[in-house]
Amino acid sequence: METFLHRIDEVGAQERVARLFSRSIKKESKIHALKTVLSMIDLTTLEGKDSPGKVKQLCYKAAHLHDQFPDLPTVAAICVYPTMVPVAKKALRDTGLKVASVATAFPSGMTSLSYKLEEVKMVVDAGADEVDMVISRGKFLQGEYHYVSDEIAQVKEACGKSHLKVILETGELVTLDNVRFASDIAMAAGADFIKTSTGKVSPAATPPVVLVMLEAIRDYYNQTGKKIGMKPAGGISKAKLAVQYLVMVRETLGQDWLTADLFRFGASSLANDILMQIVKQSTGVYQSANYFSID
Amino acid sequence: MNKREDVKKTYKLYIGGKFPRTESGRYFKWTDPKNSTVVNMCRGSRKDFRNAVVSARSAFSGWRSKTAYNRSQILYRIGEMLEGRRGQFMDELILQGASKKEAENEINQSIDRLIYYAGWADKYQQVFSRVNPVASSYFNFSYPEPTGVVSAIAPDEPSLIGLVSIVAPIIAGGNTVVVLASEAKPLCSITFAEVLHTSDVPGGVVNILTGYRSELLEHFSSHMDVNAIVYCGNVKEEIKFVQENAALNVKRPIVYTDENWLDKKVQDPYRILNTLEIKTTWHPVGI
Repeated sequence: METFLHRIDEVGAQERVARLFSRSIKKESKIHALKTVLSMIDLTTLEGKDSPGKVKQLCYKAAHLHDQFPDLPTVAAICVYPTMVPVAKKALRDTGLKVASVATAFPSGMTSLSYKLEEVKMVVDAGADEVDMVISRGKFLQGEYHYVSDEIAQVKEACGKSHLKVILETGELVTLDNVRFASDIAMAAGADFIKTSTGKVSPAATPPVVLVMLEAIRDYYNQTGKKIGMKPAGGISKAKLAVQYLVMVRETLGQDWLTADLFRFGASSLANDILMQIVKQSTGVYQSANYFSID
Repeated sequence: MNKREDVKKTYKLYIGGKFPRTESGRYFKWTDPKNSTVVNMCRGSRKDFRNAVVSARSAFSGWRSKTAYNRSQILYRIGEMLEGRRGQFMDELILQGASKKEAENEINQSIDRLIYYAGWADKYQQVFSRVNPVASSYFNFSYPEPTGVVSAIAPDEPSLIGLVSIVAPIIAGGNTVVVLASEAKPLCSITFAEVLHTSDVPGGVVNILTGYRSELLEHFSSHMDVNAIVYCGNVKEEIKFVQENAALNVKRPIVYTDENWLDKKVQDPYRILNTLEIKTTWHPVGI
C-alpha cells in the first residue's frame, strides 16, 4: 500500500489553483465556455421532499433550458434519488438525456454491502444510465482500504452497462493525501468517473481537491491509457467558478476531457447562473433570476 | 524632531457592509475649490454596481421582514451616529466649499431628516393602507409593500443632505438601495457610509458608489434585477434615457428635478410611497 501513496503538497496545490484561476476568459471564448459548461451539467435534485412533479419539472428544464435562446445545448443528465428514476426515465425518453441515480445508501453509505448491491441493481433495472455511489469513508479513514476497493469493484459489477461514478466525499477525507489515495483506489477498482462530494457535507468541491483528483486521473491515464471522468459537485453555483474549473481541466488533462463524456458538474442552481450570463453577454444588460425558470 | 505626517483617509466604496476599492482599479482626482487638497476617489465600474445589486438583493428579504418599529429604531440610530460625527462632516463640508454656517445647517438638516423618516417608518403603512368597498362577499384591503432593490442617482449638491434625503425614505419603506454619490462633492458620501456601518443597518441594505454619472447611468437604469430607480437632476436627455431603460423590466422611475434639498418641504411620506407597491387582497367572508 505504501508504494501507492502520493504525498500532496497542499501549498503547492493552492498556488497552482490560484495561478489557473487568474486566467481571464472574455467575449466569444466566454460564451463558448459557458455553453460547454451547460452541456456538462448533471442537473440535480436530491432532497427528501422531492416529488414526481418536481422531477418532471426538472426534466423539462433539462431539455428546454431557455427557449427564448435557440442554439443552447441541453444539460448532460438528470441526477435523482433511486425512487425517482422511473419518473425521470419516462420524462426524458425522447430527449437523449441520461438519467443518473445516486445509490449505495447515499449520502452516508452506512449500510451493509448486500443492501447497497440490491439498491444498485434496482436503479439499473429501472433504467438508470449512470450510478453515483458513495465510498465508505469510515472504513477508509480506519485504514480498511481493501474493503473500500472491493466494495467499489462489486458495485461496478452490479452496474452492468451503466456508468459508475464514485463519490469520495472529500469533505470527510480530511487531507489531500487521502483524496489522492481514495481517487487511486476508486480508479483501480473500476470507476468510470470520480466525483468529489454528495453536496450534503461542507466543504464540498473545493478547487485544490478538484486539482488533486484531476492529477490522479492524469497519472492513471499515463500508466494505463484509460480515460477516467471527473465530476466536481456541491457548491458550484456561479458561472465564473465553473469556467475556472474548465481552465483547470484543460491545463491538467488537455482538450480531450472537455466533453460531457469525461467531465460533469453536479449542480442545481448553476444552470440558471450560466443562462443569466449568456443572456447578459448577448443583450449587454445584467439579468435577474426573476426571468428564469425556478430549478 | 521632524514634523508629523498626517494620516489621510483612503476613500473607498461601500458595498455589502464592507469598504472595498473599486474592482476596476480606477480612480479620479477630486480637488477642493481652493486647490489645497487632492483626494483619489474610486471611479466605480459597472461590475462594482453589479456586485452592489447582488448585495442589495440578498439583504432585501432580511430588511423587509424586520418589524417597522425596528426599522424606525435603526433610522433613528443613523441620526444619532451622524450627530456624534459632526466634527468630521464639518471639516469635509467646509473642504468641499461650504461656509461654516452652511455646513452646520446642512448637518442639522440631515440629522433632522433622518429622525423625520425614522418617525414615519412605522406609520406610513396605516396611512397608505385602506379597506375598499366591493360588491361581493369579500373583505378587500390594500396595503403597501417594499418594491425591492432600488438604484438611485443622488443629487450633485448639496451632497450630504441630498444623499440622506434620497436614502432615508427608500430604506424606511423596507427597500434596499444602491446609490451613486455626488460626483462634484463626493467626500461626505463615503463618510456617511461609515455612519451607516456603525448604526445597526445590516450590510447590503445601503450601498454607496462613487464615480462618473455619465458612465454609470446606463447600468443603474438597465439592470434587470433593480425594481425602481430614483433619479435626481435636470438633464432632459438623462431623464429620457433613464425612463427608456427602466421600461426594459418595468422599473418604477422616480425623477426629482429642481428640488431645494435644504428645505423642509422636500420631506414627506409620499416620498416613501414612491418606492412602495400597493398590494390588494380579496379575503372571502361569510362563506
